Amino acid sequence: MTLLLEQIINGLTIGSFYALVALGYSMVYGVMKLINFAHGDLFTLGAFLGYTILASTSGVVTQNFGMWGGIAFTAAIVGMSVALAGILVERIAYRPVYPSGRLSLVVSALGMSIFLQNSIMAIWGARPRAFPSAVVPYARFVIFGVHVTVLQIIILAVSFILMAAIWFIVEKTAFGASVRASALDRETATLIGIDVRKVIFFVFALGPGLGGVAGLMNGLYYRSISFNMGWNYGLKAFTATILGGIGNIPGAMLGGLLLGIFESLLAGYVSGAWKDVFVFIILIVTLIFRPTGILGEKTAEKV
Amino acid sequence: MNILLEIQNIVLDYGAVRALDAVSVTVGENEIVAVLGANGAGKTSLLKAVSGLHKPTSGQIIFRGKDMANTPAFELAGQGIAHVPEGRRVFSTLSVRENLMLGMYGVRRARDKKQLSAKEERIYSLFPILKERRNQLAGTLSGGEQQMLAIGRALVSAPALLLLDEPSLGLAPIIVKEIFEMIQKIHKEEKVAILIVEQNARKALKVASRGYILELGRVALEGKAADLISNPKVRAAYLGGGMEGCD
Ligand SMILES: Nc1ncnc2c1ncn2[C@@H]1O[C@H](COP(=O)(O)OP(=O)(O)O)[C@@H](O)[C@H]1O
Ligand SMILES: [Mg+2]
Repeated sequence: MTLLLEQIINGLTIGSFYALVALGYSMVYGVMKLINFAHGDLFTLGAFLGYTILASTSGVVTQNFGMWGGIAFTAAIVGMSVALAGILVERIAYRPVYPSGRLSLVVSALGMSIFLQNSIMAIWGARPRAFPSAVVPYARFVIFGVHVTVLQIIILAVSFILMAAIWFIVEKTAFGASVRASALDRETATLIGIDVRKVIFFVFALGPGLGGVAGLMNGLYYRSISFNMGWNYGLKAFTATILGGIGNIPGAMLGGLLLGIFESLLAGYVSGAWKDVFVFIILIVTLIFRPTGILGEKTAEKV
Repeated sequence: MNILLEIQNIVLDYGAVRALDAVSVTVGENEIVAVLGANGAGKTSLLKAVSGLHKPTSGQIIFRGKDMANTPAFELAGQGIAHVPEGRRVFSTLSVRENLMLGMYGVRRARDKKQLSAKEERIYSLFPILKERRNQLAGTLSGGEQQMLAIGRALVSAPALLLLDEPSLGLAPIIVKEIFEMIQKIHKEEKVAILIVEQNARKALKVASRGYILELGRVALEGKAADLISNPKVRAAYLGGGMEGCD
């Protein structure tokens, strides 16, 4: 029972990384019908930027703001920087090829992913980097025999607050309605006065911004980061996106959390080495039997 | 009558395809003008040029005395041009109310909350069925109801000019009748000029004061609606000769 609870909490933690990254895939896909393959590498960029801010300044940030204050400060900078990187990716890799069709976009997306990954390697090196223990909170406690770290609680809280905020913006505000309208029909959205460029700007800033913060939290959680980790996380989050229903915001969150829990239970009860295999089996099974995912694309059938 | 919209000699191309070739059309304040023509004549292209969706290769589009050539499409909604696109194009997975409220997106900053909610109520009084169904997804409405929603979504921004692209397309005759009655009512009560594009020439000429006939991207004929209806060439080509008794 204790092991089960621990695995579920671990699963939720990993799942919230997947969910945040999946949100970025899903929002961009919803509006652009484009899978932003560079998204996983923007996640990595967030982890490395966070590492540089927290570790390479020899603890200046932590000394000035305290441990949690330093992390919050870093998360804000990382979120904004990676959002900016997302906007640049759209400008450089996608906007010039929109007229050339979807295949060109896919190739451009893969190229951007390789470019980002290699740039990160060129800047930070090919060997993994580790967040120094001085900047990572290690407080932990035990409830009912279950070990939980304070960091896990913070990660879960931050992820849920971010997801709730996105859900609220997209589902409940006028701007969110304009985003959903643009995703359905850009031309008509333009006709009623929506500036679709702003919507595109929003999804390419917000998605990567969230992914960047997830990258930082992931670095703090596992301590070790490497230049090519975006590939794996990108694929997992992409699986989560498909599992929940691509283009569906609550679906991305649900898919991420479920995948995290599933993976963690597999690692705990079956074998850690096999968990990735199972994740991709899930992807394939979903694609074959329910390509619209658990929550599916919202459709409105005529009565 | 003051001129509201003046389309002067516009040429519009899709790559190598020339859809409009030196077309001129004017619409007066508070006037209904019909543009008729067969499939592919360039009717939709004409409306897309006016609402800025497809910028013409040459020619001028003057609205309220101002050349709109360089105004981005999304800004035109806020300046008094509302376009009801061909095929209705309601946002199917958004609720009826969300669709209506989005119709105000272009003018939301220029108006206060009271004005906006008064406008919403006004649309519900024109189309009571929309009020009944306001929390339903727009995609679950019938074709006629979707057309009403598309018109409501355009009207809610209180436009000076309403562009209607084949509002009768794909609807049962009884619904078509209803829609055209609605168009007349809107014209009377909302003080809005209407540029309507139709294949259903008879219906459109009945509500319009003037009409243009487009053929392969050119104006083949123009004149008072009453004259067009009695013109033998128009009768033969667009009013289907012996179909008079149908409505
Ligand atoms: N997006 C497009 N790309 C290329 N050609 C187009 C496009 N839209 C319309 N056309 C062409 O332009 C001409 C006019 O089309 P359209 O304005 O839709 O006519 P209508 O609305 O009268 O049926 C047609 O020959 C059509 O094939
Ligand atoms: Mg047409």
